[in-house]
Amino acid sequence: MSHDHSLNPETMPHNPEKATLEGRNKFLGLWFFLGGETVLFASLFGTYLALKNSTAGGVASQDIFGLGLVFLMTMLLLTSSLTSVYAMYHMKNNNFKKMQLWLGVTGLLGLTFLGCEIYEFAHYINDYDFTFRSSAFGSAFYTLVGFHGGHVLFGLCWLTALMIRNAKRGLNLYNAPKFYTFSLYWHFIDVVWVFIFTVVYLMGSVG
Amino acid sequence: MSIAATQKKGVGAFIWEYLTTVDHKKIAHLYLVAGGFFFLLGGLEALIIRIQLISPENDFITAGLYNEMITMHGTTMIFFAAMPILLGLMNAVMPLQIGARDVAFPFINSLGFWLFFFGGVMLNVSWFTGAPDAGWTAYAPLSTTSPGHGVDYYILGLQISGAGTLMGGINFLVTIVNMRAPGMTYMRMPLFTWTTFIASTLILFAFPALTVGLFLLMFDRMFGSAFFDVALGGNSIIWQHLFWIFGHPEVYILILPAFGIFSDIFPTFAKKRLFGYTAMVFATVLIAFLGFMVWAHHMFTVGMGPFANSIFAIATMAIAVPTGIKIFNWLLTLWGGSITINSAMLWSLAFIPSFTIGGMTGIMVAASVADYQYHDTYFVIAHFHYVIVGGVVFGILAALHYWWPKMFGRVLNEFMGKLAFWTFFIGFHLTFFIQHFLGLMGMPRRYWVFLEDQGLDTGNYISTIGAFFMTFGVLVFLYNAIYSWVKGEKAPADPWGGRTLEWAIPSPPPFYNFKQLPLVRGLDPLWIEKTEGNGKMTPAEPLGDIHMPNNSIIPFIMSLGFFIAGFGFIYQTDYNAAYILLFGGMAIALGSMLVRSLKDDHGYHITKEELEREAD
Repeated sequence: MSHDHSLNPETMPHNPEKATLEGRNKFLGLWFFLGGETVLFASLFGTYLALKNSTAGGVASQDIFGLGLVFLMTMLLLTSSLTSVYAMYHMKNNNFKKMQLWLGVTGLLGLTFLGCEIYEFAHYINDYDFTFRSSAFGSAFYTLVGFHGGHVLFGLCWLTALMIRNAKRGLNLYNAPKFYTFSLYWHFIDVVWVFIFTVVYLMGSVG
Repeated sequence: MSIAATQKKGVGAFIWEYLTTVDHKKIAHLYLVAGGFFFLLGGLEALIIRIQLISPENDFITAGLYNEMITMHGTTMIFFAAMPILLGLMNAVMPLQIGARDVAFPFINSLGFWLFFFGGVMLNVSWFTGAPDAGWTAYAPLSTTSPGHGVDYYILGLQISGAGTLMGGINFLVTIVNMRAPGMTYMRMPLFTWTTFIASTLILFAFPALTVGLFLLMFDRMFGSAFFDVALGGNSIIWQHLFWIFGHPEVYILILPAFGIFSDIFPTFAKKRLFGYTAMVFATVLIAFLGFMVWAHHMFTVGMGPFANSIFAIATMAIAVPTGIKIFNWLLTLWGGSITINSAMLWSLAFIPSFTIGGMTGIMVAASVADYQYHDTYFVIAHFHYVIVGGVVFGILAALHYWWPKMFGRVLNEFMGKLAFWTFFIGFHLTFFIQHFLGLMGMPRRYWVFLEDQGLDTGNYISTIGAFFMTFGVLVFLYNAIYSWVKGEKAPADPWGGRTLEWAIPSPPPFYNFKQLPLVRGLDPLWIEKTEGNGKMTPAEPLGDIHMPNNSIIPFIMSLGFFIAGFGFIYQTDYNAAYILLFGGMAIALGSMLVRSLKDDHGYHITKEELEREAD
């Protein structure tokens, strides 16, 4: 089995992430997992839509959402999705250093996004006294957006572990599926954010 | 690690082997033993419920304890008995039926089991501190306002075990898509494999809705959110929707594998191929699809309005069509067959009329207008026990008799098998048939007493007698299982004249299943080889090294971490010290994940020479 050896451009299969049975299993398993995650977020979106006007006399979405910061966050996350595509492109060309570089950029963009989100939440809590406990709308908002933020955080931990663990040994058929499944997961988080941007922030701002 | 190293050395090594195993056949044993244990607990709870209801205004147990009893009975039977036993059977049989050496993710398979196990233990720990008492459906606001920590145990227990079930589902899906033997196309897969596949899809798309529902309930109870708190704008109906979006597919997660079991048993003992194989597959898919469209038929009396009620009523009735296709296909499989009647076949034959009665009452409760009369009465209790006991439990018992030789290498005793069947079968109908009429006469479910001389006395008395018959049947089966372990007759590779791949290898199978992967030439591959005079499968590959996964203790430790964290979540509302459990437990769980991720695990190889040395 070749999974102990680093790859060189000559022996490199076209799709290193799917060259072994283990790789194909991981690839498919992650797709199925994302299917389940879709239902998870769909349930959260449904709950949010049912409760978004249930402010119990407290602050409403139109009072607090500022589209500027959220637009910046959207751009950060969309760009990070693009950079993870660059990383996968370099993986398929067996350019480990460039892959690591672009994965690093992806991680930094994700981290900035998370920082913005924490700032946003702190802003709502401190300036508007809008919390998880203040109304059903508050509970639904922080749960939906927080679940997404939690997914970003988990993705960042995952990415960091992968990059550090494999920093010295380069790409092989054992770790290529790991990088690839991470990138799939990262795209998924990005897609969920697009829906959050639309359903929560755009629809919340126009009322 | 070699073949020699995996052989038993002592009790300690035996326990360690099961704690660390990633072999699907051993994980199946774990599921069956743990699920069987929870089945006995759930059965005991059922018996206590029936004793309380044996006579009017009985005071065998208090009202509060009765509420705990019904909640624990329902929760235990669905989540910790029926599902794990079915997952155990899937683990034991499905990889063999598709000619695979293991499942796609052996490590995750083990993790799924341990999460289920610790979830079940978590739920049952509540017996010592006050059990959940809001019904197995845990409707808000009853569940959000229930005092004590009972419902908290329900939430955490189901959350932990639910994560395990989801992993099990994904694992089976990937296994079936990626790891079928050469020639095993989708439309050659045995029906049990097909139903495993479809039930896993249901698990994948249904369980996350429960996960979210449980999170919302948890946040409301433990962290002060307001999802179900009407004073702060919350809406308690959201719980009902989320619960049933999960809960209705859940009943198909239970019954479809049972359908698959019967579809494998009938052809074997009728010596005929399954009638209408293609129709059976598509009926399964159709039932699964419709199963997602009908959740609100549990909520007809909530007040969704006549329009929504009608849509859900019609969608529900539509499920009778594919189910009817299945019933007729089983009957036509038997038609003109050379039928052997043994214990496995008795359970299967008894299933057809019993389940059909349950299906018929299903159509009755699906009629939304009439449901206002049936809702929350014993009619509904009778209905779902006819489908779940008459369908799922009969299916499990049929499967246990059928695959016991393959799983444990011993044949179950036929006399005891038949005794258990007849007492359980008679007891089952005695218990539940009369409940239809109790319900129609107006006896509500979940009440701990009923009044004298309202026409309910005799019916309840008969029902309780039936419960004792069922108990006797279960005890006989239990004795049979232990007896087979101690001095049961050794099983040959193919005791029933089987048709599918699992009967082509020894009983119990070697840990690598197939020395050489078999070449599948059609539906019922072993039967094809038998009719053509070969008697055994043609190998699809030369003898070579076999790649095997390493055992691991990490799944156990990770699940233990979540278990400890669960107590932290429950008790952080009372004591700050509980945060130690919460963060400590999560650190153990996430740390285990990190170790698993960082430590390379390439598995090991059984060499060709070792395989050649082994006597066949």
